[in-house]
Amino acid sequence: MHVPDGFLDARTLISAAGLAAVGLGLALREVRRHLPARRVPLIGLAAAFIFAAQMLNFPVAAGTSGHLIGAALASVLLGPAAAIVAMTAVLLLQALMFADGGITALGANVLNLAVIAPLVAYAVYSAVGRLAGESLQGTLLATGFAAWCSTMAAALACAAQLAASGVVAWGTVLAAMGGVHMVIGLGEAVITMLIVAVVARARPELIAPAATAAAPPRHRAAVAYGAMLSIGLMILLAPFASSLPDGLEHVAERFGFAESAIAAQPALLPDYTVVPLAEASPWLATVAAGAIGALVAFAVAWFVARALAAPGRTTARH
Amino acid sequence: MLRDRVLSPYQHGSSAIHRLPAGAKLAAAVACILLIVLLPRAAWGAYAAIGASLVVVALVTRADLYQLLVRLLLLEPFVLGIALLALLRPGGVPLFLSMLTKSTLCLACMILLTATTRFSDLLAVLWRIRVPSLLVTTLALMHRYLFVLLEEMERMQRARRSRTFVAGRSSSWRNSAQVAGQLFVRTSERAERVYLAMCARGWKV
Repeated sequence: MHVPDGFLDARTLISAAGLAAVGLGLALREVRRHLPARRVPLIGLAAAFIFAAQMLNFPVAAGTSGHLIGAALASVLLGPAAAIVAMTAVLLLQALMFADGGITALGANVLNLAVIAPLVAYAVYSAVGRLAGESLQGTLLATGFAAWCSTMAAALACAAQLAASGVVAWGTVLAAMGGVHMVIGLGEAVITMLIVAVVARARPELIAPAATAAAPPRHRAAVAYGAMLSIGLMILLAPFASSLPDGLEHVAERFGFAESAIAAQPALLPDYTVVPLAEASPWLATVAAGAIGALVAFAVAWFVARALAAPGRTTARH
Repeated sequence: MLRDRVLSPYQHGSSAIHRLPAGAKLAAAVACILLIVLLPRAAWGAYAAIGASLVVVALVTRADLYQLLVRLLLLEPFVLGIALLALLRPGGVPLFLSMLTKSTLCLACMILLTATTRFSDLLAVLWRIRVPSLLVTTLALMHRYLFVLLEEMERMQRARRSRTFVAGRSSSWRNSAQVAGQLFVRTSERAERVYLAMCARGWKV
């Protein structure tokens, strides 16, 4: 999901960099003010850990393998502000040392993967955790669903930036990125849950149960809401921004693409009951597809969490 | 080893480019990338000129050209993945070609920079241009411990492989997660020791 240089236009680059700078600045301030000094070196080492964990292969099928993105893992292990700093360090090192992810696109990549993803992950983690209770199963369920949501949020933000730059029509990129990352997000959810389960069994004190995850203080909430608002704005405005010169009729036509592109991927949502809906209202169809994906993700997270939290199941393997 | 080659982009050398100050090289690379990004989409003459000058720079550095090319090719799939999206729109072929060229040239700039400049020198530049100190400290610690943790992870995987005989997708997922989870536990323990060592040397936030 790292956007290289040369794809985003100047307007998108500058606005994304501005938002990323605000998010990172608030996170740095939060860490400096509220994190005990003892925990500061952990941010750097945890960034190295995330980078190392991204190199582990998780075989999928036919020789392909997936790997971790790590934003949700960082958020659960470190808390949101430290996770933003750690993920930014990961992206900076990848861009400056390995040319992975562009220099001009750094703002956009930091915004998607290091600001939006950890914030969404933490918001979902604490919200689901409060509902699911203090047990290991509740924490794992919250972790899994948070990982899926953060992957989707980052993918949609990335799609919005590509669409706003006129690289590709909004409908097409939404269907492509959203569809693919619904599946990738499931992998991310399962990997993150497996890792958090190992840490929670070995050193429970390293993970605050999701239920007791601190209700965000006011300024932290401001960061979260600011980022949410900007995602929302980008998602809402991107289709119009990318096609303003062509007028609104074009928007409708582009949503036509969305439909055909979604319909071209029947494997992702096999009993895709929203197809008739797509003819009536493309927006509603998109929302329905997203809701179905979220339900599937929640169900997967629930089953995996139950399996992992079952007493004696994992401990027997030690 | 391909992996070692990927993980250590810096190539030792004593060319004129190697000896330039890191700040100047970083500024030049960023300026070059900005230029490429801001060029109009059909400026093929300019692309050719920039490409030719990058080749000249690569020759002046006397770096291992094969290794530079391998790095470029390894990064190319990510570029292609996004560029292919442009083909989905009607009349997207020129857009596809120009984005592919732009991205490849930008990648070449960064690969040349990292092949001739140590990351620690780039960190010193970031420190000088007043990037927030907490972020630079985090980056420095990350860079310092990245290879330590990667080696530790490999040791754990080797130990795991030599003790388990179960093959299969689900067990390999669990094993990788086990390695990652234990690695985090060890990382947090190491962070405590690092903190004490930093305090002993007079470090303050």
